[in-house]
Amino acid sequence: MRDYTVFIPEYIAGGFAVLVIAIELFRPAIRKDYLAYLTALGALAWGVSALFFLGKDPNSYQGLIQLDNFTTYMRVLGAGIVFVVSLMSASYLRERTKTAAEYYGLLLVAGCGLVYMAAARELITAYISLELLSFCLYILVGFLKRDNLSSEASLKYILLGAFSSAMFLYGMSLIYGVTGTTTYDGIATALSTRASTTDAATVVGFMLILAGVGFKVSAVPFHMWAPDAYEGAPLPITAFLSTASKLGGFALILRLFSGAFAGNGGGSEWSWAVAIIAAATMTGGNLVAIQQKNLKRLVAYSSIGQVGYMLVVIAAIGYGDAAFGRDASAALILHITGYIVSTLLLFVALTAHYNRTNDDTIVGLRGLAETQPFLALVITVALFSFAGLPFFAGFATKLFMFQSATRTELYWVIGLAVLNSFISLYYYLMVIRQMYLFDPPEGATRWKVSPVLWAMGAALAVGVLFIGMYPQPLFKAADKAATPLFQQGADLHAQNEMPAGTTLAASTTH
Amino acid sequence: MELTVLVFLPAVAAALILLLPQKQEGLARWIALAASVAILALSIWMFFDFDKGQTGFQYVVRKEWVDVGSFNLQYFLGADGLSMPLLVLTTALTAASVLVSFSVTMRPRAYYACLMVLSTSVLGVFCALDFMLFFLFWELELFPMFLLIAVWGSGRKEYSATKFVLYTIFGSAFMLVGILVLAFSQGTFDIEQLGQAQIAGTAIPVGWVFLFLFIGFGVKLPIVPLHTWLPDAHSDAPTAVSVMLAGVLLKMGGYGILRMCVTILPGVADDYSVWFAAIGAVSILYGGFITLRQTDLKRLVAYSSVSHMGIVLLGIGALGSTALMGATYQMLAHGVITGLLFGMVGLMYDRTHTREIARLGGLARQMPLLATGMVFAGFGSLGLPALGGFIAEVTVFLGTFERYEWAVLMGIFGVVLSAGYILWTMQRVVFGPVRHEWDSLPDQNHWWEHSVVAGLAALVIVLGVYPALVMDMIGPAINTIMLRVGS
Repeated sequence: MRDYTVFIPEYIAGGFAVLVIAIELFRPAIRKDYLAYLTALGALAWGVSALFFLGKDPNSYQGLIQLDNFTTYMRVLGAGIVFVVSLMSASYLRERTKTAAEYYGLLLVAGCGLVYMAAARELITAYISLELLSFCLYILVGFLKRDNLSSEASLKYILLGAFSSAMFLYGMSLIYGVTGTTTYDGIATALSTRASTTDAATVVGFMLILAGVGFKVSAVPFHMWAPDAYEGAPLPITAFLSTASKLGGFALILRLFSGAFAGNGGGSEWSWAVAIIAAATMTGGNLVAIQQKNLKRLVAYSSIGQVGYMLVVIAAIGYGDAAFGRDASAALILHITGYIVSTLLLFVALTAHYNRTNDDTIVGLRGLAETQPFLALVITVALFSFAGLPFFAGFATKLFMFQSATRTELYWVIGLAVLNSFISLYYYLMVIRQMYLFDPPEGATRWKVSPVLWAMGAALAVGVLFIGMYPQPLFKAADKAATPLFQQGADLHAQNEMPAGTTLAASTTH
Repeated sequence: MELTVLVFLPAVAAALILLLPQKQEGLARWIALAASVAILALSIWMFFDFDKGQTGFQYVVRKEWVDVGSFNLQYFLGADGLSMPLLVLTTALTAASVLVSFSVTMRPRAYYACLMVLSTSVLGVFCALDFMLFFLFWELELFPMFLLIAVWGSGRKEYSATKFVLYTIFGSAFMLVGILVLAFSQGTFDIEQLGQAQIAGTAIPVGWVFLFLFIGFGVKLPIVPLHTWLPDAHSDAPTAVSVMLAGVLLKMGGYGILRMCVTILPGVADDYSVWFAAIGAVSILYGGFITLRQTDLKRLVAYSSVSHMGIVLLGIGALGSTALMGATYQMLAHGVITGLLFGMVGLMYDRTHTREIARLGGLARQMPLLATGMVFAGFGSLGLPALGGFIAEVTVFLGTFERYEWAVLMGIFGVVLSAGYILWTMQRVVFGPVRHEWDSLPDQNHWWEHSVVAGLAALVIVLGVYPALVMDMIGPAINTIMLRVGS
């Protein structure tokens, strides 16, 4: 059935994108921060319109995309990211470029790509959504045309991105060759009834797809682009990269691996690989982070470390059954949400700092507690949340996540993750030390943060503490979001109990 | 309800202090003082209102907090005979530490806010009855402590603050693993329920769980060899923080061992009790010997704390009701006495700006009041009869003698050592030839200084001459633990 109403929130987002670009086209002299506020308004309308899908029967558009609670959750979160990032960009971009409409338009479009990565239940659709997000990001990373670092970052990102897309596509084609279908349900059915002679192709297919999405979420060893892209990109885009790109990647992984690959013990073929990637990612990210001098690179490597923790859950989903997978996914969604709130908080503060000082080194934060105590406090809150100290979002969500992912096969990765949390505490403390224990450079005076950034920082900091101390409501929401992921799996499992002939017939109707 | 007010009133005061405009920052100390006097009064009222005949927890507050997957956490506070005296100790020392730092002028808002948050976290530890809530309060103490030492400290303050935080986090990482394993094996984080359950079928052997918890608490107590953070933290911390650190923060370790290790896993505690006694005895002796050769006044008091907290562990090792009561009493007595001793050292340092024993001498002439307080605190520390420390030490030794007489003999030798180092220190600092370097310095001369010294000294005497006041309250709580150990 062609139900076009499922796209309404993205019509709104797309509409605002066109509007923003049109306004600048006809009134080039308009103040660029007005465009940012308009974009934020669009994101708000987009997120609110998504809420109307709550509690409705899950709608699907010809089986290609699925509009269930999972999609709604990701929509609201995606719209929230665009909202914060566009406000964050307002003064940053106004001071640095003459044309900003494309920037804001692309932000909204990239958000739409993110949503359909989460909603897709078919490989080609998932791929197109992924590319939609990626292409927007390629341009956004290089948006500061006169800045060589920005252009270099963009080029590097495009080249490696194209490479990873190719791997993803090749993996898709192998899976299609084995299963004869590109829908997730069809793949799951076909994989559970496949002949053993096609195992090699399946495993290679899994691995290539894993490499493709691993690139998106910057898992080691597909992470090479991340530090350069983070460093070169405009600061708000670095925030967008480390939140939206990861959220989209994990939404796609969750949907794909739970819907298509996890059923009937299929996980055993890829779970070990995910576990190894998780271990490499968290260790590599954290160890390299220690040596960084530049704040953006530090955040890049620390976010690579964070991705490692999240991948543990994906490996666990492969080993467990549907009920286990559901709990683990709920905890993962909760953790990603907490991570996103903390990351945005950090970047709001860093943007405010950068607007004032144009300095993005760690040493540049010297004595911030004297010159701008609010920002120092906010940055500390965000970093403590990353390190997983109690009272901050990172502690509660990481605790739930590791607990829900605890399986005997994965004890070693979880132990490694706990160890890594300690390593990470070290370099976060090094940043905090700069702010609190050293005197500001000569001649530095107290300064004020712009009201918009101040309000966002305060709100997000309260959010981090709220999630840390009372995660209950958010967990309920994450649990509701994770439920539909495994419903299909459970239904499918019931189908598989039927004779093989009916299963095949059922799969061909898609 | 009373407990909620008690625990969170300082936190509210901290928020108020932080909201003060910069022009009014002088008000910070008054808000802190008002809050700490209020909680002191409240805790004293609760102490006398406490029903001593009743076992179990009183003033209970219990609310649903987090229910996520297999995490069922509650907001659950309560006090029993073990925690009630410790709550009073904490409020008394909070007031004392606010008063001794009444002259702090460097960034006073942040300073007093940190002190108040510290108070909230320690009070929370002593009355939290949900294991995760307990852990959160336990960790909360790190943030203000780090800042207090690193910003307002002296000497190698950053090094000491970082060392303190790393040691505690190292310990609490083990503790968290222990807590999670325990809680998931029983399906509850409720300390009261865990304290009545038979723990079996944990994911790792119960002996390991016990060890993990013990490491967490042992770092804080501190036990030899996990004690090396303590002298550094003490000597570089500002006076008020030393008072809080020695007075109540170390007690969190002893309280944790009694409340968690011994009550929840009595069987394992019984198996390991000889190790407790041995570590306790070694801590007493090692601490005593190291104390003898300190040249820095604050380090000296710090190492004497290691020795005195060894007595607590020795008493716990005996696992008899007399010894456990003695151990609890030792925590209270040591809290007040060492609090006073650090206070006196701090007041002296405020005037002379040195803690080097070799540079001091003959202060009894120049500062008679300070010297009197110092000698009094010293007598308390060496266990003079009629002062609090004596009762505690005697009770512990009496209770432990039957089971581990060798450990008691070592412990008693430790007490001889303490008489040695205290008297020798007094001789070098307070008596002896007068040094004219210090001639112009004022004696104890502010009302806040007088009130701290008088208040704490009075407490030391009360604990020394009327032990029944507290022992009657500790008794039923210890008997509950003993019933667990016996069964």
